[in-house]
Amino acid sequence: MAAEGSSSIDALSQFKLSTALGPIGASVNFTQSNMMMVIAGLLTLALLWVGMRPRAMVPGRLQAAAELAYEFILSMCTETIGPEGRRFFPFVFSLFFFILFGNLMGVFPYAFTFTSHIAVTLALSLLVFILVTVVALKEHGVHFFSYFVPAGVPKVLIPLMVLIEVISYLSRIISLSVRLFANMMAGHVMLEVFGAFIVMLGAAGAIGWIPAALSLSVNTALIGFELLVATLQAYVFAVLTCIYLHDAVHLH
Amino acid sequence: MSEERGGAGDSFEDRLKAARSRRGLDAPSSGGSPWGIGLRVGVELVAALVVAVAIGYGLDWIFGTRPILTAVFVPLGGAAGVLNVYRLFAPKRGEGGGAHNG
Repeated sequence: MAAEGSSSIDALSQFKLSTALGPIGASVNFTQSNMMMVIAGLLTLALLWVGMRPRAMVPGRLQAAAELAYEFILSMCTETIGPEGRRFFPFVFSLFFFILFGNLMGVFPYAFTFTSHIAVTLALSLLVFILVTVVALKEHGVHFFSYFVPAGVPKVLIPLMVLIEVISYLSRIISLSVRLFANMMAGHVMLEVFGAFIVMLGAAGAIGWIPAALSLSVNTALIGFELLVATLQAYVFAVLTCIYLHDAVHLH
Repeated sequence: MSEERGGAGDSFEDRLKAARSRRGLDAPSSGGSPWGIGLRVGVELVAALVVAVAIGYGLDWIFGTRPILTAVFVPLGGAAGVLNVYRLFAPKRGEGGGAHNG
């Protein structure tokens, strides 16, 4: 989020990809986005591995966090999907913490938010979509396609309803990915815009100092808001995954 | 720790849940800020439309019937978007035995 010395607000250059890890990264096109993904994965592992190493009866702070995380996702799975939800617990857990750490790390200056790229969120939502469809096909076989035929519809309307249902089913890919992407991107654009206000107004002399201070306070509030959005969007993504898995396991 | 649930523990869980919701400690799950709800509705509507246009355009491209199928699928996408929004606010299917399949 560096806008120093620039006279115009350049809110989107923060999403530009560049290669990380020097010449090695450049030769295989390993971007800073990939770098943050690796870090997010490692942090998830570290939370569990380092957190659970003491195996204390009375947990310390990190162990308590790890246990809370485990139980939070487990109860989300079992309550939303049902008793079968345990099977999907590892998937939902990895998904939630991958997105959560990606979102949270993005709030730090100089860090990159990989969830602010539609390519990443679309890949994640395609993963969820394909998993849900495969689970539904495995559970119900051909009967799965009855999902697209709503009950109690006159025969004449069934072709129309099936089409609408299929579109509605496919639109999950878009809505799941766009929601996460739009939230993260909008938040970071706002931060950048108000950050640029601070610099530009602050440089404009004494007249600009009061509005610059106002922008600074807005940005302070925005950082807090971003933390909320980061957690909330990871939660929403995981909960929607659970709801879709519930539909796949129970059909209706 | 949640392994202790089930069996006799259920009644305590239920009572705890009831007490928590009485005190307003559990946030209502379908709630969220008006801004959040608005964004969700918007995303659902647009997503269905995007998928429908993509399907219509793709089929047009395959069959060479350029504007017709896109035009057919746009209202269908709008309908699917409304269906999505209805599902968002319809009574929950799995709750309270109300077998409502939307």
